[in-house]
Amino acid sequence: MRYILRRLGFFIVTLWAAMTVNFFLPRLMPGNPAMAMMARFHGRLSGQALNAMEAAFGINTHQSLIAQYFAYLGNSVTGQFGRSLTFFPQSVSHVVLEALPWTLGLVGVTTIIAFILGTLIGMIGAWTRGGWFDSLLPPLFIILSAFPYFWIGLVAILIFSISLGWLPTGFGYTNGQPITLTWHFIWDVIQHAILPATTIVITSIGGWILTMRNNMIMVLNEDYVRMARAKGLSPSRIMFDYAGRNAILPNFSGFGMSLGFVVSGAILVEYVFSYPGVGYMMLQAVLNEDFPLMQTLFLFITLAVLIAILIVDAVTVLLDPRTRRTA
Amino acid sequence: MSAVLQEGPVKRRPAALRALSALGRAILSNRKAMLGAFLLLICIIMAAIPNVIAPGDPNAENFMPGQGPTGDNWLGTTSYGQDIFAQFVWGARNSMIIAVVAGLLSTVLSAIIGVAAGYLGGMADGLLSMMTDVFLVIPAFPLVIVLAAYSKSGGNGMIIAVLVLTGWSYGARQLRAQVLSLRHREFLTAARLRGERSWRIITHEILPNMISLLVANFLGASVYAILTAAGLQFIGLGDINANSWGTMLYWAQNNEALQAGIPLWAIMPGLGIAVLGGSFALLNYAFDEISNPVLRAPRRKKRGKRS
Repeated sequence: MRYILRRLGFFIVTLWAAMTVNFFLPRLMPGNPAMAMMARFHGRLSGQALNAMEAAFGINTHQSLIAQYFAYLGNSVTGQFGRSLTFFPQSVSHVVLEALPWTLGLVGVTTIIAFILGTLIGMIGAWTRGGWFDSLLPPLFIILSAFPYFWIGLVAILIFSISLGWLPTGFGYTNGQPITLTWHFIWDVIQHAILPATTIVITSIGGWILTMRNNMIMVLNEDYVRMARAKGLSPSRIMFDYAGRNAILPNFSGFGMSLGFVVSGAILVEYVFSYPGVGYMMLQAVLNEDFPLMQTLFLFITLAVLIAILIVDAVTVLLDPRTRRTA
Repeated sequence: MSAVLQEGPVKRRPAALRALSALGRAILSNRKAMLGAFLLLICIIMAAIPNVIAPGDPNAENFMPGQGPTGDNWLGTTSYGQDIFAQFVWGARNSMIIAVVAGLLSTVLSAIIGVAAGYLGGMADGLLSMMTDVFLVIPAFPLVIVLAAYSKSGGNGMIIAVLVLTGWSYGARQLRAQVLSLRHREFLTAARLRGERSWRIITHEILPNMISLLVANFLGASVYAILTAAGLQFIGLGDINANSWGTMLYWAQNNEALQAGIPLWAIMPGLGIAVLGGSFALLNYAFDEISNPVLRAPRRKKRGKRS
């Protein structure tokens, strides 16, 4: 339990850090973009819109910086991020919540697939070390992980959409279709997701393979594995229950770091495929200089990653008895 | 570890030299490292002498726009009538500079924070480790976008600053762990008992023993820098008038190169980024095997040599 409490503490500290970055960044940058934005829109936007921007940046010229900071933290915690300039007069939270499910679906599913596949490949690679499987797949995917995500996406579009015409070039579903829960629509969404999802899986799998393979090689040298062999247990039992189960733990604790990388790559993949998730929206916000929307998206992406890490922590507690020990 | 017996100043250079020559030999004996070194060499040549390989101004709009490969333009031309081959060759330098400079600076920052945390321990370690973990978990690219969008200059300096700021944490964590494992070794206790100052212990005893990890860190940070910089330039947050692979991709995407029948405009710069990033990643993968004998293929076990 202490472990979970410590992780919760970390969750709060990180979220606070992200909010603090969000608050101070526009103020510290040369030329104070926040004030510049306010000045630029002054007289052109209605009083309501200006108030919205004040809320987003936490600017209130009548208050001290400290008071502004706490007001901003309060607004963020209660979900008040002002209104989006791009999608005016919709509120930022509303716009973000519309995009979030797309990204959660895409990144969530692909991360789980990449994690399972990568762990399996790493495990089998270490088990058959030096064989054809081990000398082919791990190096291949490790090279692929150094390829730009978005470029793999571009090549995939070129081959499968433009040349072969098998799959759509982009967007989350066929334009103009109503969003309904019918098989027809779900199939449409899946078709649109195949290329972006494959792109993310191909490029993110290398990291899992590398750590899993290295851990597994270490664990296979342990005495208890030798003991299991001496007892005459079946190879698959040794591979999964003895070596695999222990080798996978560092992979879980590495999840947090990797997730940040995957999310980073997914933003560009969404951009390439015009996928209607938070990454694509974030770049739209940047192009339109919609700083309130951009900052809120940054906060939401961080929050999503942190929640995913908490879930992984909970799984770790189930898998690793050492974390359950009360110290 | 012979480092224990030798005295300070005489020891340091040989340690670094030994590591370097071991690295050289290891690269020659490892196929992955050889391939990585070869790909890197191609990129270095393009970055060093683009004026010899593709003379003239790569941005000159001298040709028929939107052509496929011809005798004059091996890779065809852009929608503006620029030679794609020339643009490709000239783009190497930007990625190379960003990779090396951002990689080096991130490694230095990681080393400072990681070693300080590991060596000082206690409260300082708690704070620095917490800071490292926070930076590690906050998704880097969204933060990079926010930083770049606000700073607006788009130049290499800005990109490198942003990359270093967001890219040091992974290395710092690894280096801290390494320092912790070194901390109670005898040669450090001996140095402390000799009355050496902390600063000297760090630069003369700890750092030379972490050279392999520092190199691995540099390679990893460089891959991160190459990919992130290319991503930033691709979405138009870099200097859109610069000669770089990311910028080339930006213009290709803006002119719908794939749909317009000049896919090489988008494929070549991506291939360049992939080759450069891949060469660093291959070297890193090989280096992992070199510096950690356990990971090496069994048939090389007998020649196991510590670097």
